[in-house]
Order: sequence, then structure tokens, then C-alpha cells
Amino acid sequence: MNPRRDVDPHGGHGTPHEPTPTIWPVGFAIGIACIFIGLILNPIVVAVGAVLAAIFGFLWIRDVTKGIRSVPEQPVEEPEHAPAAPPLPADRGGPAMPEPGEGEIIRYPRSKFLEAATLGLGGLIGVVVTAPVLGFTVLPPFVKQGHDKIDAGAIEDFPENKYVIVTFLLKPEEGEVSRRTAYIRNNGFLGDAPSFTCLSNRCVHLGCPVQVNGLPLDDQAQTDVNEGQRVIRIPTAAAAGFGCPCHGGQYDNEGNPTAGPPVRALDRYEFSIDNGRLMLGDTYSVSEVDGTGAEAQIHSYPLAGPGQHVDGPSGLLYPVQPPR
Amino acid sequence: MARKKPGRTQQLLRILLYPLQWLEERSGIVGGVKYFLFRKVPGDISWGHVLGSASLTAFIVQAVTGVVLAFYYKPDPDSAYESIRYITDDLTLGWLLRGMHRWGASVFIILMFLHMGRVFLYGAYKYPRELNWIVGVLILVLGMMEGFFGYLLPWDQTAYWATVVGVNLQATGPFVGPFLGSILQGGAEIGPDTLARFYSLHMLVLPGAIAGLILLHLYLVVRLGVVSPPWSAYAAGDPRPEPPPPPRAGLVAPGPRGARRR
Repeated sequence: MNPRRDVDPHGGHGTPHEPTPTIWPVGFAIGIACIFIGLILNPIVVAVGAVLAAIFGFLWIRDVTKGIRSVPEQPVEEPEHAPAAPPLPADRGGPAMPEPGEGEIIRYPRSKFLEAATLGLGGLIGVVVTAPVLGFTVLPPFVKQGHDKIDAGAIEDFPENKYVIVTFLLKPEEGEVSRRTAYIRNNGFLGDAPSFTCLSNRCVHLGCPVQVNGLPLDDQAQTDVNEGQRVIRIPTAAAAGFGCPCHGGQYDNEGNPTAGPPVRALDRYEFSIDNGRLMLGDTYSVSEVDGTGAEAQIHSYPLAGPGQHVDGPSGLLYPVQPPR
Repeated sequence: MARKKPGRTQQLLRILLYPLQWLEERSGIVGGVKYFLFRKVPGDISWGHVLGSASLTAFIVQAVTGVVLAFYYKPDPDSAYESIRYITDDLTLGWLLRGMHRWGASVFIILMFLHMGRVFLYGAYKYPRELNWIVGVLILVLGMMEGFFGYLLPWDQTAYWATVVGVNLQATGPFVGPFLGSILQGGAEIGPDTLARFYSLHMLVLPGAIAGLILLHLYLVVRLGVVSPPWSAYAAGDPRPEPPPPPRAGLVAPGPRGARRR
């Protein structure tokens, strides 16, 4: 007798389909853990973990599928068919539709046709309705991205070798929610071309706003309203790099990470000079910057999201970027 | 008080119960509800078994308070923060409703974890209830997503930057991560679309999904029955075992036999 009738829907006749106890998942879990630890510490640990996981995973699968793979020895006896209930009246008498005779084409019953038609039409309606909904859900975030150039002000507004905090509306039609900040330094001239460093203030750890490690001179702020972009320029006392308030990432004056979790250097805005005014364009990512000021060597990459490596083996994890 | 004739009482009762009978005859709902509420459960279940119902209650509180908060909340970057401030400071009992929704969110998650712990420790996830464990885990995950999407709605600095960090965490997932981030934000950057999107997910999509999964969860509970504690020797529906006779205390004789028994 099974005292636990409540847990057994077969009333004690069925056997629980539990796999036999096995120890292999423990080794498999250790392997997986090694892979994750190795991702942080050392690729060799990843390889060791992968081997462990593969071996123990194989053993585990072999153990679990033992019952399925081995064909049961006992011959399956077909029990004499004793009807559990008296046959339904429909079972008596001849079939509703006579069997096709010799040489007659096999008829396709009406019920079958209606069944197929209902399912087919239902499925078709489902697809026709679902496809636009899915498209509307997924596609808009990937089309019509990007923004106009930002007029950051006349070149003379930027003192040489000092960072100016420039905030502006990236998309004026979206309002203050699109306000972005750049740290812009006039590097003087390289040859006869003016040189600027235009850092994005988006932390490349997880996207918090990086702050200037220096005093913003709020009383000297200038405001421009250029086509609704509402640009504000705030000069700073000599900045000693940048810091992020969220998780403590630190950057030097060129945007190279010096401490904390950032994975690359600060993103930068492309810039151009138009009629003596500094125009900010799209943003791009930077793995690192060699040198300083106008002579700096910028290792640039297409824009990647915060926390994503752009170079090295970890950069291979992000082969395709959505349009930004 | 004058005693009425039993005939009158029964007549009155019939009139009062008539709507229920009407409903029962046409739908069978009354019988269904009775079956659900008065079904047999093991005799030795404990307060630990109420955690599932407690989680359900917390979810209902969230749903009801959320619906009335939606009367006043405006999911628009220019007015979201102001509407939250209006609910909290100006509306009568608004502080209470918002507080219930805000703290109730944590209560919901905590109760789900306690419920999960009880189920785990009692082994109630084992055959044939594995599917119900899986459904429960899905409810827990969707509940936590509710927390993530709801956190942005006050649209203050904490909400905004916590969401920036949360979305960018998703976006660091390999290969598909950046695309997931764009879909979550509704664009390359967090903007006006993000707030409306999070609001829709928070108040329509996820609660609907959770409610459906809760129905499935309950159906499986009713179908498979409640589990006795692991140390239990008898099953649901069995007669309660006789409690042991009261111990003798010194020379004091126990009461008449059976007096303390059920």
C-alpha cells in the first residue's frame, strides 16, 4: 500500500519517473564555476573548467539516459482486450462512410477538411496579426537612430588646455531627457588645424555620468540656444581627470581608465569646425589613448555600449552592434 | 426575541440563496469554488503552508494598488516625476497607496522566496510536482522583472541612473546583449519611449503573464494536492491520528477517558 496516495496520481500503480541518484552534476557544476571564474582570472582556468564540464556532463547524461537507452528485457505482453466500458452505440453497426471499393479513389472526409480548414485559417489569422505586432515591438529601437550635429559654440569660447563642461539637448524634440554632457578641451593647433578633445561623460563601466575631478566655475557659465539645443558651457578650474559616482571608476585627462571597473577609455565625439564654430558629431569608442593633447594617438573603434570591450579577446563577444 | 417558525426561516433562506442557485444551475461556479476552498488537505500541515496564499495576497495588493495609482500617474518624461509628487503629497491617502505599492513590492518578493524555501525544504518540488516548481520559478523571475521595470517610473535621479545601470548590465551580455539593451530602452539611448515602454511592461504585460501563471500554478496545486510534511505518516483525506493520552502528572488522576480526545 502506498500511504502517500495524494502525491501519486496513478493511485499507486505508476512508478515515479525519478532519475537514479547521481553525483556527476556536482562535477559538472564545478566545471561551470571554473569557466566563470576563469573568464575573470585566466583563460587556462576556462579551458580546465570546460574540460571538467564536458567530462562530467557526459557522465551525467549517460547516467540519466541509462533507463532510456537500454531496451527493457521483459517481453511486452499485449493484454487481452477486455473493454473497460460497454462499447458506445457509435461502435455498433457499419461505418458511417463505406470503405472505398476496388479501384475507387480514397475519399477525403468532410470532417477532416473542416478540421484542417479551421486550423489553417486560425493559424493564418494568427500569423497575420502577430507579425506586425512583433515587428512594431522589436524594430523601432533599431531604425531612425542618430542625431543632428551639435553646435557647441565659437572656438574662442574654449580656453586652451582647460576642460569646459558642455551640456546640450541631443534631440531637442525629445526635451530635457535627451540632455547629454561632453568635456571639451581646446588643444590649440596641430599644424594649422585646430585640435579638440571631446569626451563623452558616459562612464564606460555601466553608463553613469562621469564628473570632472575639479571645480566647475558655475558663475562663468554661458548659454546658447542653437536650434533648440540649449547649449550650456561651464569652464572648470584645472581638471585632474574624471570620476564616476556610481562605482568609483576613475579616468585621467585623456579619458584613459586609471582605477575602478571601466573596461576602456572614455567615448569621444567626432568634431568639425564650421564657420569658426565647434560642431559635435557622432560618438565613437576608444580602447586607449597614447600621448596627450594634440599629439595623442587615439585607438578608435565603432561605438560600443558601456561595459563592452572593444579590443582583445573579450571584444570578440560583441561582433555586431545595433545602430546607434 | 420571538422565535420564528422553522418554515418561515427556511423560506427566507431559500430566497436569499436563490441567486446562488441560479448561478450554480447555469455555470457550476458555486460548486467549483466550494471544491476549491473545501478540498481535503493533509491534517498535519503547518503555518509554513500559508506562504503561497500569502504571496498571492501580496500580488493582489500590488495589482489593486497599482490600478488605482494608474489613475493619477503620467508616463511622460515631463510630467512623471510631478505626478508621483502629486500622488504622494497632495492626494488624500496617496502617500498610503504609494507606500503600500512600494513596500508591497518587497513583501511580494520576500514571501515568494520564503514560499520557495518551504517547498524546497519539504521536498514538495519532487515528482509529480516538478512542473509546478518550474511555473513558480517563472513567476518569481517575472516578479523581479516587475521590480526592475517599476523602479524607473518615479523618474527621479535614483530611478533614472539605476535603470541606466540595469539596462547596460543586460547590454554587456555576449553577442545579443547590445540588441537586448536597445530593445529594452526602445532606442540607442534612454529617452521618452523608454518610460512609456517600461510602464506598459510593468502594468500590462508582466501582471497579465504573472496572473496567468498563478492560475496555472493553482490548477496544479489543486490537481496534485498539498504535500504532507516529510515526516508525515499519513496522507490527505486519512482520518486524523488519535492524539496520545494526556500524561499523568504525579498522583493527579487524568479526567474521564476520552474527555481530552477528539
